[in-house]
Amino acid sequence: MMMSEILQKTILHPQHLALNARMVGFGGWDMPVQYTGIRQEHLSVRSSGGLFDISHMGEFLVEGPGACDFLRRCLTNNPDNLSVGMGQYTLMCDHQGGTIDDLYLYRTRRDAFLMMVNASRIMDDWQWLTAQCQSLVAEPDSVHCENLSDQLGALACQGPAARQVIGRMEGEETQPIAQMAKNQIQLTHWQGTPIWVAVTGYTGEDGYELIAPNSVIPAIWAWILEQGQAAEIIPAGLGARDTLRTEMGYPLYGHELSPEISPLEAGLGFFVDFNKGDFTGRQAMLEARERGLSKRSVAFLMDGKAAPPRAGYRVADQAGNLLGLVTSGTMSPSLEKGLGLAILEGEAKKPGEGIQIEIRQRWYPATVVRKPMYRKA
Amino acid sequence: MSSSIPEHLKYAKTHEWVRHEADVAWVGITDHAQAELTELVFVELPEVGKVLEAGQACAVVESVKTASDIYAPMSGEVIEVNTSLMDDPGKVNSDAFGEGWFFKLKVSDPAQMDQLLDASGYAAQVGS
Repeated sequence: MMMSEILQKTILHPQHLALNARMVGFGGWDMPVQYTGIRQEHLSVRSSGGLFDISHMGEFLVEGPGACDFLRRCLTNNPDNLSVGMGQYTLMCDHQGGTIDDLYLYRTRRDAFLMMVNASRIMDDWQWLTAQCQSLVAEPDSVHCENLSDQLGALACQGPAARQVIGRMEGEETQPIAQMAKNQIQLTHWQGTPIWVAVTGYTGEDGYELIAPNSVIPAIWAWILEQGQAAEIIPAGLGARDTLRTEMGYPLYGHELSPEISPLEAGLGFFVDFNKGDFTGRQAMLEARERGLSKRSVAFLMDGKAAPPRAGYRVADQAGNLLGLVTSGTMSPSLEKGLGLAILEGEAKKPGEGIQIEIRQRWYPATVVRKPMYRKA
Repeated sequence: MSSSIPEHLKYAKTHEWVRHEADVAWVGITDHAQAELTELVFVELPEVGKVLEAGQACAVVESVKTASDIYAPMSGEVIEVNTSLMDDPGKVNSDAFGEGWFFKLKVSDPAQMDQLLDASGYAAQVGS
């Protein structure tokens, strides 16, 4: 971290310091990497629950009669598939098919959408979104975009115990929170203040993300930890967030996705709807698919005892031909093995095929596997 | 948070400790170091027989987030390594001065001990 870099703080910064969190600069924010320990927090999320401060993430509102049309043309997935109160994973691409960001899109009303974007991409995304709005929307008054990132904070409560605890929140929602299904979002209230609650997450566990004005985030944080104590829901930091998503094979922007890596190359073709009509990047991605992808993301498991694979380490085939680089890697607390994701050039590698990872000038065997690497028993 | 700094050991500025017995030196990393590194997930030890120069990078410790070099506090030949750290790197965290030892050196120049810090010197360095 550069000492001269001024890091932003979320509304929960004092709480993290009070809990003795180890802090680190991430995407321009001073965030908790761990409280009690990455392994412990990771394992807790898998067995009971963890509470993450994700207030650094960005939120944009896109509303108006032209909003759905605009988002269909601007994002890769199809917002027509969203009924009110549902969300979907989607991506925003440039004209070359490179990825500007991956995000969650929620339809909060027929003509209103909430975009949840990566913290490190807030400014780039906003700039791109507003420029796209200028060029793609025929009637300027039909779409209104607003950047709410500074006003809103967010929490993620993830793990088997999350539902029973968050389900106790009550605030004039339409459907009992404990009964919400995956990808559902609804408005509820925290002591009179409207807040959003959604069944989504980045860990592979059941859980909720709560999006609320910063003013109520500290109270909700405290309430969840207090209510969650008996169920063993503990604060969890970005270190555990990273190990949890890596063993699920979920991409992290800047590693598995970037302006140089398209959704197709990242293996996210499921979230790209080529049949919905034109959208930014469609032509470029179609052409790339026709030609055959020049590189692809794979998941891998280290074969034996080895130091953890890490982003930037070189990958080769068993014959020693260089294939690419590791994009994310870790020692998985759940599997107790090294694992990771890599972008490899050339012919697609199939699950079961052997590769090698270079760790400090020595090559260690690994095997390509299907995602997710972690599965519940 | 104050870490323990046993009086009977000597210390390198790079957070290794040394226990000198006759011409053998036991080497590990300090409690302060393990706390800074957080929970270790992997330890890479030098090979038995390797000849080290004082200050040479000779081992690696890895936490979830980072890899860090360990430096030989004195010159000598590695005569034994703590292979149990391969299965349980966490011993370094739980018992840095005992079961978390890294390797034993046959010391080639005992006078190098004088260049190491004593407990109060190391304490001053880490601000304990």
